[in-house]
Amino acid sequence: MTTLNINGVDQELDISDDMPILWAIRDIAQLTGTKFGCGMAQCGACTVHLDGMAIRSCITPASVAVGKKITTIEHISQDKVGQAVQAAWSEIDVVQCGYCQSGQIMSATALLASNPKPSDADIDAAMSGNICRCGTYPRIRAAIHQAASKLA
Amino acid sequence: MNAPLNISRRQFIKATAFIAGGLVIAFTIPHAKRFLLPGKEEAVAGAAKLPEPNAFLRIGTDNSITVLLAHSEMGQSIWTTLPMLIAEELDADWDSIKVEHAPAAPAYIHTAYGLQITGGSSTTWSEFDRYRQAGALTRTLLLSAAAEQLGVPVAALSTEKGMVIHGDQRIPYGELAEAASQLETPTAVTLKDPKDWKIIGKATKRLDGPEKINGTAKFGMDVQFEGLMTAMVARSPVFGGQVKSYDDSAALKVKGVHKVVQVPTGVAVIADHYWAAKQGREALKVEWDLGQAASMDSKTLFDEYRALAAKKGLTAAQAGDNTAAFAAGGKLIEAEYQLPFLAHSPMEPLNCAIHIKDDSCEVWTGTQMPGNDQAAVAKVTGLKAEQITIHTPFLGGGFGRRANPAADFVTEAAHVAKAAGMPVKTVWSREDDVKGGFYRPMYLHKARIALGADGMPAAWEHRCVGQSIMKGTPFEAFMIKNGVDATSVEGIADSVYLKNIPNHKVELHTTESVVRVLWWRSVGHSHTAFVMESLIDEAAHASGKDTLEYRRSLLKGHPRHLAALNLAAEKASWGSTLPAGRFRGIAVHESFGSYVAQVAEISIEEGAVKVHRVVCAIDCGLVVNPDSLVAQMESSIAFGLGAALQSEISFKAGEVEQSNFHNYQVLRMSAMPVVEVHIVPSTDKMGGAGEPGVPPIAPAVTNAIFAATGKRIRSLPIGNQLAEA
Repeated sequence: MTTLNINGVDQELDISDDMPILWAIRDIAQLTGTKFGCGMAQCGACTVHLDGMAIRSCITPASVAVGKKITTIEHISQDKVGQAVQAAWSEIDVVQCGYCQSGQIMSATALLASNPKPSDADIDAAMSGNICRCGTYPRIRAAIHQAASKLA
Repeated sequence: MNAPLNISRRQFIKATAFIAGGLVIAFTIPHAKRFLLPGKEEAVAGAAKLPEPNAFLRIGTDNSITVLLAHSEMGQSIWTTLPMLIAEELDADWDSIKVEHAPAAPAYIHTAYGLQITGGSSTTWSEFDRYRQAGALTRTLLLSAAAEQLGVPVAALSTEKGMVIHGDQRIPYGELAEAASQLETPTAVTLKDPKDWKIIGKATKRLDGPEKINGTAKFGMDVQFEGLMTAMVARSPVFGGQVKSYDDSAALKVKGVHKVVQVPTGVAVIADHYWAAKQGREALKVEWDLGQAASMDSKTLFDEYRALAAKKGLTAAQAGDNTAAFAAGGKLIEAEYQLPFLAHSPMEPLNCAIHIKDDSCEVWTGTQMPGNDQAAVAKVTGLKAEQITIHTPFLGGGFGRRANPAADFVTEAAHVAKAAGMPVKTVWSREDDVKGGFYRPMYLHKARIALGADGMPAAWEHRCVGQSIMKGTPFEAFMIKNGVDATSVEGIADSVYLKNIPNHKVELHTTESVVRVLWWRSVGHSHTAFVMESLIDEAAHASGKDTLEYRRSLLKGHPRHLAALNLAAEKASWGSTLPAGRFRGIAVHESFGSYVAQVAEISIEEGAVKVHRVVCAIDCGLVVNPDSLVAQMESSIAFGLGAALQSEISFKAGEVEQSNFHNYQVLRMSAMPVVEVHIVPSTDKMGGAGEPGVPPIAPAVTNAIFAATGKRIRSLPIGNQLAEA
């Protein structure tokens, strides 16, 4: 058994150490808001926070998360920055198919937590690891700027 | 399920059978009772019949209004647009609207296509009447029920925000639903005058926004229930390969793996979860009989296409006398264009969960064709179609991949579940998706254009070489005429440019291959618009004319093309001086009944194109939700631009060379231009929104590259062609 702290709750999970955090979250803890998109850290759909840092959960083994705090999209509204990001996402009506948006929001929240006033170049650098096939990029950019100004 | 029994004398349609909780009253009108619409306002509806409103909406005693969608939400915002149509006519309280995907059932057959499908950028125009009628019909019934209850004539009543109003009295719809469901069906219904619209035409926020922001939205991938296994299938590394033998001993030793079963497409590993299935598949040893596809090579294939293009093909369009016109001399343009296979690669990898029981079967999958998939599962399981329930969660992108007449991933999942003898969700990895076929076909175009003394095209000869998308599908009968698949030459054979060119001939060579092809967002237009708009640009430059003016001259008599073209040009300040190093390109194209022009503003940086800004104008006729139209243009530009810049599926020794997003590259944030969308004010015939924004972007960008460098990009993706120059 491996103990993972997911969204503030310790959970005993029957998983192998090499199981990526993504599958521990989705298939074992049954939190499906975090998405599988590529399995090789290329698309960012699986982005979660590990002690506040954005990580690609599809390639990060569960063993890495032992003793640390995993935060997923289901819990990000508990965070002041996360809440502002979600509010901006709503106001600007960012989503389309929606599949990548959990990861986008987690990446955007981590960006704003470390850089409260990102430039367009900062946004490009922080968000280019998150693919959106629907092309919601212009709205994501606008929503990040809006959340930044609301948090200022 | 808590359906009221006192309306049981009315026949409930199947739709009522899966109401989840709550007291919900469905309006019920027997199938046979359909009426033609009388009156002027219905003339646009043509031969449309009144819909069965109970198939499209349900009113709960809690005053909730549930709208059932005959089309699938895959990003295009139909989850909001179709309810807007119902809410408008019903005078519903927008905040009370709930939405569900409809099941696979005859009531939801596409009003123009005759089968249940989301595709062809057709949802809004094809449902514009049906959903409004469903709303209006229901409102009529509610009014009658209220009139009866209050003992006043219907004329004394009005409706607003989910309530019938009589003087100071306000009766919520929920209180009238049961009585209304007892009433005789109206034989006619009057739709609102457009000047009275309160919802249609107003930018309206997405109803699926909140759940897609907080992670609760359910996609097919998210389906979980006790006992559901996850499967991954080992498939042939080349198309058409067959399993010769396999050794599952190591796979079965992987913790969490339950079974290994052979299915027609390969060998499936059945496990507790994805990670175990993946490890099991990696441990599986399969020997393949690769067949003849093992030698397939993209370069060779293009050579074969080139050889075909030198020969006469089947005629797709013809006018005047090309032979004489070319013999007359004049400036000649000869060009060959080529476009690669493309994968759709929606963000949600393909998946399908199936639970086969003795006399029924449940299927969960993000699909654009639920009826087709239902039939496919029936075929595999031996059950009747009506014994199979298709649940459609949200689609994590479709772009055509989830509308497959061959029902490939659903059929495979049914085989897996059947062979496993347990409920199984078959999941594709990204690699499976990229390598899995059903691509936008690769195409080669060869064109010859003779310019007249005025610099305008006097003769145009055009040959297309590529695979047919429609062959072997239910659409073959009406899409393939005299051997010509209309989608192979759409945008060329029916081009308004060619209509204004006295001598022209369009020919087609349809090739065969083991590589399966499918419509990819904008179908044939995804390659033809690039070629046509590039050729027009070539002709304009050859004649020494401004590329916008040249297009204007050729588009005389086509006001909708011109309106889009002129609006885009005006908003992009076409002709004005740009900052040093910036260049513009323009393109205009009609597809799916809509007219889109785009001006791309680019620079060349370190041997690569950087697209800074795209100004887009669209005339799609009446617009129901302007904000979702804008979103679709942004989306289409991102989708088309990513493909134009970098996407390519190629073959070497029979295998697809790409495997995941590191080498099948799509657009990322850093390459996304600023997009400005302008809507041509129009009450003209409605067209589509999901696809028509895709075709013009590639030529708008490559035409700008020509303006910048003098290099004509005749092959997509652009890739590193500028670095080589």
